[in-house]
Amino acid sequence: MNDMTQTNLQKDLKIVGTRPLRPDGADKVTGRALFGADKSLPNMLVGRVLRSPHAHAKIISIDTKAAEALPGVKAVITSKDFQDLPSEFVPAGEMMVNFKDMTRNIMAREKVLYEGHTVAAVAAINDAIAEEAMALIKVEYELLPHVMDVEEAEKPNAPLLHDDMITIGVEPAPKKPSNVAKRVEFGFGDLDKGFKEADLIIEKKFSTQPVHQGYIEPHACLASVSEDGQGELWVTTQGPFVVRNFCSKILGMSTSQIRVTASEIGGGFGGKTVIYLEPLALALSRKACRPVKMVMSRQEVLMASGPTSGAKIWVKIGVKKDGRITAGDAVLKFQAGAFQGSPIGPGAMCAFAPYEMTNVRVVGYDIVVNRPKVAAYRAPGGPISEYAVESVMDEIAQKLNLDPLELRLKNAAKEGTQAPYGPKLGPIGMIETLEAAKAHPHYSAPLGPNQGRGVASGFWFNIGGETCTSININEDGTVGLTLGTPDIGGSRASMAMMAAEELGVPMSTIRPIIGDTSSLGFNFLTGGSRVTFSSGMAVVESVREIIVELRKRAAQLWDVSIEKVEWVSGHARLVGSENPKSLSLRELAEAAGKTGGPIVGGASINATGAGPSLATHIVDVEVDPETGRTTVLRYTAIQDAGKAIHPSYVEGQMQGGAVQGIGWALNEEYVYDDNGKLLNPGFLDYRVPVCSDVPMIDTVIVEVPNPKHPYGVRGVGETPIVPPLAAVSNAVSRATNIRFNELPLSPPRVLAAIESR
Amino acid sequence: MSKKHISTVINGDAMEFLASPEQSLLDILRDELELTGSKEGCGTGDCGACSIMLDGRLVCSCLVLGVEADGKNIDTIEGMGNGSDMHPLQKKFLEHAALQCGICTPGILIAAKALLEKKPDPTEEEVRYWLAGNLCRCTGYDKIVRAVLDTAADMRAA
Ligand code: FES
Ligand code: FES
Repeated sequence: MNDMTQTNLQKDLKIVGTRPLRPDGADKVTGRALFGADKSLPNMLVGRVLRSPHAHAKIISIDTKAAEALPGVKAVITSKDFQDLPSEFVPAGEMMVNFKDMTRNIMAREKVLYEGHTVAAVAAINDAIAEEAMALIKVEYELLPHVMDVEEAEKPNAPLLHDDMITIGVEPAPKKPSNVAKRVEFGFGDLDKGFKEADLIIEKKFSTQPVHQGYIEPHACLASVSEDGQGELWVTTQGPFVVRNFCSKILGMSTSQIRVTASEIGGGFGGKTVIYLEPLALALSRKACRPVKMVMSRQEVLMASGPTSGAKIWVKIGVKKDGRITAGDAVLKFQAGAFQGSPIGPGAMCAFAPYEMTNVRVVGYDIVVNRPKVAAYRAPGGPISEYAVESVMDEIAQKLNLDPLELRLKNAAKEGTQAPYGPKLGPIGMIETLEAAKAHPHYSAPLGPNQGRGVASGFWFNIGGETCTSININEDGTVGLTLGTPDIGGSRASMAMMAAEELGVPMSTIRPIIGDTSSLGFNFLTGGSRVTFSSGMAVVESVREIIVELRKRAAQLWDVSIEKVEWVSGHARLVGSENPKSLSLRELAEAAGKTGGPIVGGASINATGAGPSLATHIVDVEVDPETGRTTVLRYTAIQDAGKAIHPSYVEGQMQGGAVQGIGWALNEEYVYDDNGKLLNPGFLDYRVPVCSDVPMIDTVIVEVPNPKHPYGVRGVGETPIVPPLAAVSNAVSRATNIRFNELPLSPPRVLAAIESR
Repeated sequence: MSKKHISTVINGDAMEFLASPEQSLLDILRDELELTGSKEGCGTGDCGACSIMLDGRLVCSCLVLGVEADGKNIDTIEGMGNGSDMHPLQKKFLEHAALQCGICTPGILIAAKALLEKKPDPTEEEVRYWLAGNLCRCTGYDKIVRAVLDTAADMRAA
């Protein structure tokens, strides 16, 4: 069932929209909460990974004998311990994964394809012995030329990563293999006609660097497979069910043989939707018949997990004098890393999505290079393509002498607009966020010398997906709520709030937990900003179902038909009587034994109808002409949440996404040497924004309800990282009077541009 | 290499452990003493998730060797409350929703407490620079800074 009426959009809400304390809060401020690396088991071994020192090489041989013979070493694994898998695509978050690639990414087979690629793993009684064992593993490599950049990689004579890769999406199919995995195209209308109608055309190339999600908690897990083949996995992940399914496929175990329990998760942002250590820990544990714990170092996280794509982008936009867009064209080339699967699809779909387009085309290429395979990162693809379009929009505004918000208002997508990727949009908040930006005092505040103000908008779809929850009325009338989507930023609070609102009881009587994979049916992962939307829908449906059951129980006790019982403010009430009889949840729970046993319920849905969330950000910067350093002076993020269940956590998403975007725009980048080796695999040199780098991030929540959700929720987690890249770049461009088209806007780059002005 | 016998006082209790010469104090706390509230985000002194107090000084426990702790006083997140109630900073962090995933929170709380003990009336800028060694990737720092400033104001009024 997926047809929830908006019964709650208008009604007086008691709990939804307030700011209660989160149920898992005390554990998190006292150090009690257990994250991925915080759990241990008796008789546990430590697992370590031997990684490739080369960016691209053939594996000639691996000799593990000496390592295996070392006292204290209990298991050594290589690709020989994993079956090969055929090419098969399955969805993971907003991206697709392929099992042939996945098994090669978790453990290299024929070749290593990036520095840090796993070639073997060891389980030993302690770290020192594991370390010693790794040094004893002899790997013979034949070095191959490597390629790091998309424009180099697509050349006909470029080193080939996969000699069987034929570009998908090209008709007729190319005869020869290349590094171009896929071509996508979206759009409609007549571009030639559109550009002919234009009074001004701006065409420009952009480049962005790959950036890492930068979660503070490294990947970690603890696996235990017993002699009878039953496996347990404790892991920091956004999707325990997805991890279970990936691992069972890779290890040839049945789904029921692996029970996955999600630990508290120390940030993910998309990066914990895939697997790295998990199948290795399970395989080592299976071999050693002992529990195995594996934790990545920060260096391993940066070398071998994530990031999102670096890209080259070309954009051409034509406008009339009054600013109305007549045509938009773009070509995107995304780094996929070592295996296909960059977010080129969503990137291409989003590029012009904030606007009402009549003639539009976006072509995208997914290109493999000798870098770690990219993983989802918050609105995957969106920030990259929209950065380029929003930069051109700003230049158009400057050239036409139009206010950049007015230019956007003139072209804003609204309900009924055909999105560049096909469907007609439902109600969306693009206009509302632009109007809110215009009205915000920030927008009219004065600027000083060397200062500039940038604005940009952003679009992200959000997703729904398979979700189920269960609910129990405890013996004293309190409520247990079991969810299948890990809580990455306060979702237990918003689920408990919606349940309490529906049931008409105080939130404190509801205890939400995240269930393991054996306690619930399948749940798709936490990602795509889908949790408050989808799990929220499942929670509301479970509660509505259990209210029917509660009315039935009351009807039984009163010996009336269920139609005679209504549910009001946490009580069953006899309809119509002058002095209505009523039974509290507690009384019904206490009488459950007499009315048919425990009162339990649950819901299972495949949520559709997630509503796109739009945002507009305003940022003021000051650029130091002596050093090229950019300081962010003031920042305002405005976003349509549909409905903010817990406004503090909505604001938190907006603020966190904005600051990640500031890092992407100003600092973050990978530096590789000529041999394809990463020179900055640590937080000292891969510099994410620190507290003193940023100002307060003001927020304005706009609420244009999503008609498909009982409370109007859209999902808010991803959109906030879309606008900042262009907003910051536009601000720097206006502060310096130089149009920038490359990120990051690091001091040397900005200074060089200022000096050659 | 042989391990050394180390005596410390952790969160007010005398505690002894054996440390091998290369083991960090963070590893000792987490792996030997099961005090997993201090987190490892980097192991190189760059993230602050492992922040503790060592003889009243704010340090990254990943950069201290276990053997260096001999005879010293250690305070970790597990000892931040007074035994029956949370520290005002802990409460304010919850009130302000100053955490999302919460992995940075123990380190930030320890660092913020050290700041308020030194400087009960910090400016926003002082809070931002004091916490510059504690990375948070989730919150954008806004609510963290507000929670610290608000705690400081409350504690001064009390
Ligand atoms: S773990 Fe010690 S500073 Fe990061
Ligand atoms: S709350 Fe997640 S890193 Fe700070």
